Amino acid sequence: MSIARFWRETPRRYNLGGSKCTSCGTVYFPPRAVCPVCTHHRQSIEKMVPFQLSGEGTVLSFTVVHDAAEGFEMQAPYVLALVKTPEGPVLTGQVVDVRPEEVGIGFKVRATFRKLREEGRAGVIHYGYKFAPSEESTAAPPLGPAAAGPPTEAAARDRATS
Amino acid sequence: MREVAVLGIGQTKFGELWDRSFREIGIEAGLEALVDAKLSSADLGALYLGNMASGTLLDQEHIAPLILDYAGLAGRHLPAMRVEGGGASGALALHQGYLAVASGLYDFVVVGGAEKLTDVPDSAAAGITSSAADHEWEVVFGATLPGLWALIARRHMHLFGTTREDLARVAVHDHEMGSRNPNAHYRNRISLEQVVGASPVAEPLGMLDCAPLSDGAAAVVLGPLDVARRHTDTPIRIAASQVATDTMALQHRDDLTTLASTVVAGRRAFEQARRAPKDVRVAEIHDAYTISALLALEDLGFAEKGRAGPDFASGRFGLRGDLTVNPSGGLKAQGRPFGAVGVAQVVEIVRQLRGEAKDRQVPGATLGLAHDVGGTGATSVVHLLERVP
Amino acid sequence: MKAGIVSYGAYVPRYRITPREIGQVWGTDGDAMGQGLNVFRKSVPSPDEDTITISTEALRTALVRGAIDPQQIGAIYVGSESHPYAVKPTATVVAQAVGATPNLTAADFEFACKAGTAAIQTCLGLVGAEMIRYGVAIGTDTSQGAPGDALEYSASAGGAAFVLGRERVICRVERTLSYTTDTPDFWRREGQKYPSHGGRFTGEPAYFRHVTECAHRIMEASGTSPKDYAHVVFHQPNGKFPQRVGKQLGFGDAQMRYGLVTPFIGNTYSGAALIGLANVLDRARPGERILMVGYGSGAGSDAFDLETTDEIERYDRSFGRPVQWYLDHGVELSYAVYAKFRGKIRMGGE
Repeated sequence: MSIARFWRETPRRYNLGGSKCTSCGTVYFPPRAVCPVCTHHRQSIEKMVPFQLSGEGTVLSFTVVHDAAEGFEMQAPYVLALVKTPEGPVLTGQVVDVRPEEVGIGFKVRATFRKLREEGRAGVIHYGYKFAPSEESTAAPPLGPAAAGPPTEAAARDRATS
Repeated sequence: MREVAVLGIGQTKFGELWDRSFREIGIEAGLEALVDAKLSSADLGALYLGNMASGTLLDQEHIAPLILDYAGLAGRHLPAMRVEGGGASGALALHQGYLAVASGLYDFVVVGGAEKLTDVPDSAAAGITSSAADHEWEVVFGATLPGLWALIARRHMHLFGTTREDLARVAVHDHEMGSRNPNAHYRNRISLEQVVGASPVAEPLGMLDCAPLSDGAAAVVLGPLDVARRHTDTPIRIAASQVATDTMALQHRDDLTTLASTVVAGRRAFEQARRAPKDVRVAEIHDAYTISALLALEDLGFAEKGRAGPDFASGRFGLRGDLTVNPSGGLKAQGRPFGAVGVAQVVEIVRQLRGEAKDRQVPGATLGLAHDVGGTGATSVVHLLERVP
Repeated sequence: MKAGIVSYGAYVPRYRITPREIGQVWGTDGDAMGQGLNVFRKSVPSPDEDTITISTEALRTALVRGAIDPQQIGAIYVGSESHPYAVKPTATVVAQAVGATPNLTAADFEFACKAGTAAIQTCLGLVGAEMIRYGVAIGTDTSQGAPGDALEYSASAGGAAFVLGRERVICRVERTLSYTTDTPDFWRREGQKYPSHGGRFTGEPAYFRHVTECAHRIMEASGTSPKDYAHVVFHQPNGKFPQRVGKQLGFGDAQMRYGLVTPFIGNTYSGAALIGLANVLDRARPGERILMVGYGSGAGSDAFDLETTDEIERYDRSFGRPVQWYLDHGVELSYAVYAKFRGKIRMGGE
């Protein structure tokens, strides 16, 4: 992908910058110049204002991609999801830092900042949003004591309660 | 607007055509259709060529005059244009050809569809075909075409209780039909267990839920219905030709389990033909992924919302059912040369309505439907074809 | 000093590998290696993580915790020896990703493992001189040891971001000073994938001399002694060096406890001392004095004499994950997957 083509979208891809129609209040991501829901949609032209999404969301649907998209081969199998944001828009993105079997419809996620792909070894690196389990979702299991290692606090707590 | 008929059909074998070039397959299908229509090239008014991605697949744009040139027609200086609408390119080209004849601008046109997917490595072909989805807001984030359809499938399963087996039955049926089609990419029968157990591509879809990347070309000759008897004993009238569009990206749809473009194109087509889904006896529907077929059956009104899976299991859509789906084997078994698909679907419906489909012939078919989809439904095209009594 | 820490955040990638797993590949007793180094797990970044993404995650946490308007940030400095680009700053991507652009200065620092503490000193100067309102100093690495090298048992990934300012300071910086010499104990030449080191030369003449000298000098300047500090944080290339240097200086286990995170996540290089400090701040109460002594090969130490303020009670430490969570949670990888994630497998077309 050309450098300029990715670069001009960085405000959206880095920071979830969308737009909001000042006529009807609907939020869009990516931003739109024209509001599709306003009855007289031409009236919405130049009435769309920037609006930043919070990055919160829940999984509307998901798949585990085994046959990876170009540039995602090292991450396969990976979870791809449609994420519904509380502001309204639905975003397509990976869910990372999760075991695929943990993800379900309704799973709570939050946006995270990751590498999307590299233009080969010498080219530019593209960054943008992905989703990770929100803190209320289990993101990583507690580790047991490592072989011959010092006990972690979690392991110590487990022992105290058993 | 005058009535338009299909006067001739042509199709190459679909599959891995290693020794054949894009030019060769394009010309083969076109000339076969011309011969079938008993038409001289001198009678031709124009060429419409459906093709999705010649630029990235072959480093060759500007392909419509190229095909005419190698068909020996450069000296006729005919109008020729390529039509693109993702996987629906062929059906869109047909719509353009239909409009041209219906308007009276041209009397006879060739509508071709051709794609050559094996001239690039498989990984590149998958990337190129995913450009039918929204590159900036889907593909950049790791989406693939099967991945997006898998998102639809998961939602359908969640809302309607559609099962893994419901999906798999589509592929089993397609391969059964493909085994009867000498042009098909895959002619092997497969079992439900094989489909369910195949290696996953994008869960819940596995390798045998996904149509292959194929080479192939198909063509039809269109002309005014009132002179059709001069060219064929069995003119097939285009009863409806309708196109509808929707949001480019799946993420912008309110309902993920319906392709609104298909619903609208289907409704408009039945209105145009003054017919209803129950009148259709044979249909070629978009089944690039098994879930696509279930959605199409529901969106076109052949099954109640959420019921396409159980209906498929009941045998309703088999060769002896009340609506036979994809007698060609569909995209899954006949093959998926993107731009050729929409034209090949119509070629199969014409064969069926003419009664020339041999051991996959649907008995008593007089009204047939062809349904093609681009990407995840940003474009849907529906044609209704009817045997003229 | 008027300037101090206003907010902070840490981030450690999810994956871990144990010395036993690494040792199995090289025919080494990994458990013994881990015991010797006092490293029992090290963190491993996902294939889609690097110094830029880790720095961004850490800083985003810090900005929310401190309710800091990113547009008020006047400087972002990212210290690392694993910047994704040799030329093209990490700091500009981070600045854009947190919404701090364009009215700020940004740059990348490199000083082996002390680039992050050097960034803090730079920010303290700018903030103290009232040239900027907030300065951001980040120390992050996704460091690599050559396959089979002793470093492979410890080199890991993680980072921490510190926002320095003059208002709502949760931890005052009483004093900072450095001790710097030309000591080639560890290096990586341009274009080399893995660093080289001087083996045991990295010990006495390098780590121990610099850390000890620097610690002595700052305590002398401040008129303090080890007993004045509730916590002490050292650079921690492994779990042993900081324990030994702490004992040599006269600190006890209780003072060193929370500042030592390397046994659980490995050596995060530029992130190491800073994640240790974040762990201390996660637990600190007002009025606790903290000594932090960083170390970077090549070589130098930066020491900080710190004291928490009453403001830390009002500061929202509940947002984001505390360092302890990262120490306790993770997913252990096999060496094969670790090798894939870290680009140690030669792929087709290379």
